[in-house]
Amino acid sequence: MTNEALIAAIDKIGAEAETRQGAQYVETFVPFAKMHGFMKHLKEDDNLAFDYLICVSGVDHADHMQMVYHLESTKHNHMMVVKVKTDGRETPAVDSVTDLWPTAEFHEREAFDLLGIHFNNHPDLRRMFLDDNWGYPLRKDYKDDIHIVSR
Amino acid sequence: MAFNIYDFTTLTKSIHEGLSSQFSPTATLAIEWTIVGLAYLLFVALFGLFLVYAERKVCAAFQQRMGPMRVGPWGLLQTIADFIKLLMKELIMPKNADKFLYNLAPFIVIIVTFMVISVIPFAPGLATFDFDIGVFFVTAVSSVGVIGILLAGWSSNNKYSLIGAMRSGAQIVSYELSVGLSLITMIILAGTMQISGIVEGQRDMWFIFKGHVPAVIAFFVFVIAGTAETNRGPFDLAEAESELTAGFHTEYSGIKFAFFFLAEYINLFIVAAMATTVFLGGWMPLHFGDFDSFNQIMDLMPGLFWFFFKVLGVMFLMMWFKWTFPRLRVDQILNLEWKYLLPINLFNILLMAAVVLFGLHF
Amino acid sequence: MDELREIMITTDEIKTDEYLINMGPQHPSTHGVLRLLVQLEGEIVHNVQPHVGYIHSGIEKMAESLSYPQIGHLTDRMDYLSAHQNNEAVALCVENALQVEVPERVKYIRTIMSELSRLASHQLWWCVMGMDMGALTTFFYGLRDREDILDIFEETCGARLTVNYSIPGGLMFDIHPNFQRDVKAFIKKFKTKLPEYDRLLSGNVIFTERTKGVGFLSKEDAIAYGVTGPTGRASGFSCDLRKHRPYSAYDKVNFKEILSDVGDTYARYQVRMAEMWESMSIIEQLIDNIPEGDYAVKMKGVVKLPEGEFYQRVETARGEFGVFIVSDGKKNPYRVKFRSPGFSNLFAINHIAKGWKIADLVAIMSTFDLVIPDIDR
Repeated sequence: MTNEALIAAIDKIGAEAETRQGAQYVETFVPFAKMHGFMKHLKEDDNLAFDYLICVSGVDHADHMQMVYHLESTKHNHMMVVKVKTDGRETPAVDSVTDLWPTAEFHEREAFDLLGIHFNNHPDLRRMFLDDNWGYPLRKDYKDDIHIVSR
Repeated sequence: MAFNIYDFTTLTKSIHEGLSSQFSPTATLAIEWTIVGLAYLLFVALFGLFLVYAERKVCAAFQQRMGPMRVGPWGLLQTIADFIKLLMKELIMPKNADKFLYNLAPFIVIIVTFMVISVIPFAPGLATFDFDIGVFFVTAVSSVGVIGILLAGWSSNNKYSLIGAMRSGAQIVSYELSVGLSLITMIILAGTMQISGIVEGQRDMWFIFKGHVPAVIAFFVFVIAGTAETNRGPFDLAEAESELTAGFHTEYSGIKFAFFFLAEYINLFIVAAMATTVFLGGWMPLHFGDFDSFNQIMDLMPGLFWFFFKVLGVMFLMMWFKWTFPRLRVDQILNLEWKYLLPINLFNILLMAAVVLFGLHF
Repeated sequence: MDELREIMITTDEIKTDEYLINMGPQHPSTHGVLRLLVQLEGEIVHNVQPHVGYIHSGIEKMAESLSYPQIGHLTDRMDYLSAHQNNEAVALCVENALQVEVPERVKYIRTIMSELSRLASHQLWWCVMGMDMGALTTFFYGLRDREDILDIFEETCGARLTVNYSIPGGLMFDIHPNFQRDVKAFIKKFKTKLPEYDRLLSGNVIFTERTKGVGFLSKEDAIAYGVTGPTGRASGFSCDLRKHRPYSAYDKVNFKEILSDVGDTYARYQVRMAEMWESMSIIEQLIDNIPEGDYAVKMKGVVKLPEGEFYQRVETARGEFGVFIVSDGKKNPYRVKFRSPGFSNLFAINHIAKGWKIADLVAIMSTFDLVIPDIDR
């Protein structure tokens, strides 16, 4: 499927998603309230069939958090990126996609550990690398006077 | 005091007579026991050290490397240095270990090996006990060692140790059968359980040749089962390094660990010595029926040489197993025994009985 | 014990016959500081919970205060057995973002180096696989041949493990004049040595009994859990990025993507063994055809990426490695995320190992070929 056809197919899903051709891949912005239904469509639609979740990354922007999902379809061999902005960055929360892609469970745990993003309906949301009392080190306002030397 | 490297009977007899003329019979017995005890202690310690060195060199040869080379010429003193290190190490005991059983376990294991080694004839006249049920004694006593391993695993208060001990228990109880039955096969041929009698019966030809097909089958079964009984690779489930760290002796250190370590190597020696005695003629030289000149040349070499030559050969075979094969899984190890070795063994006994009954052996 | 119970999050309670065992962080078969909390009934595994983070080094955070050429040096330390492929991923990502076209020579050399490090990695995997199964001799056979590759690395770039050879814009240095001769000599030698591996382990009846039919992973589960690399391909998940999304010189060579549809431990073993042959064939196709030219393009002193988000995928020895760079136009990245193959692969362990024995768990673990810094990052 060409990227144009892919964009058209994604547009059909609706869910207030904005899809455009990015620098490398097709990129879609979805509001966090609608994301789970949208992702479910991406996976279960026969024309899209995004069955392989490559990577889940969290990014701390100044006023919100962003979750970035890289998806690939092993059937059609096309790729896309889904981006979800959270509401504010103090107690950010998005829906978990563990029920769609089991691998997300661990990538989401990592994002929770390092960025403090909460995932609703996650089966096992706990810290992965760090202690419970540790801060969220990948946040931009994280301060560690002992271990991080700022110049 | 005549000394004859072909027959130690004269030596032992003259010592006995010399002592008897000086002391009362009770004192003579006490002194003789002390001498024998010290001799065994010395033998076990030195031969154990040698075996550790040999194993490391053999293993190195299989792995295309040199093995220990730094301490002494060709690394000969390496094992002695290691032994000194083991002696000087701190004895650590887990806090919640069962103190009494934890300390008892290594002694049970080492005592059992000493008991078994006492019936093995090294050369004519060089055997301490010569029961009329010698083979039975070996199989009975050698299986007591598993109690030591079970106790070690249980008392260490460590789950790895416990798993290792349970595996070892299941394994030794099973393989005891094969060891016993393959020995029984040979007893049918020998017609006696007395170890000196078995050796004497092989004067004209070793049992493995005399009994041909069933004897060869019994020999292979015995070597496989014997390897399993010594807890060595590929049957080293009880210590299975990559699974259970060190299995039943995970929590042991210093001299107590050295006891387990030494017992493992002496058990290796015992299995090889039993294989030698029962199948390969013990200290008997290689003889073939009527080839008199050949037999006489073979007679030139002393019994002690023949015994250790064969024992080391069998031990090399078992080291070869260990350093080539991957480890079996616990269910496979039991399958191998109960589904393959045991039926083969029972069939083999019938075969051997038929061979003996109809006089089909050489 | 009570403490362990708290850590163990399982939906069902621990039954009376079950007990917990900590495999690791110090354990001979975890290949590093990985802790597996194993719930056992006798010998049978009921649940495996991997606990990671013992050597988390915060590379993603560190990268935020470093420049782009510097990030490459950190990636060596993640999956140290695929160091070159990790370098290459960062270099490719930056080059794509800047739309820099590197010379053909660079592409060829990068491909050869990638395949060499894949070979070295698979050799080490083979040694350790044998060792985990209790065959200690394999370890020395594998390391013997791996030395030759490390010597080539040393001659090429001065380092044996953390090669640090690919940088944005090309390579650190040109290849050594002896490079082609040494690589050809190595391939010739290793072609006679690889059948030795088969004779020692692959055909051994104990080994096949222990691996065949053990630890199944279906294709659907491999995709769902994101299990890539030889581990995924053994389940029939066609995920070889060298084939599907060729980078460097992979579009110029003929090679097969090794796939198996069995998905057991033995299939994972077989796939890696076959990949070693494929890697050698790739190197042979390229080694005589390295074009003349520059070994790097001239880059600006300070590399600044345009604002945006960039993602680059490469195939390392363990699976799909991804670099995700968020740039705000400065000389430092705003956020870097490494998608490491080991991370996704590891967490399929509970799915696979459930119901098998401890010994099988160890065998399954070693066919995953984990490198712990790759998981912890």
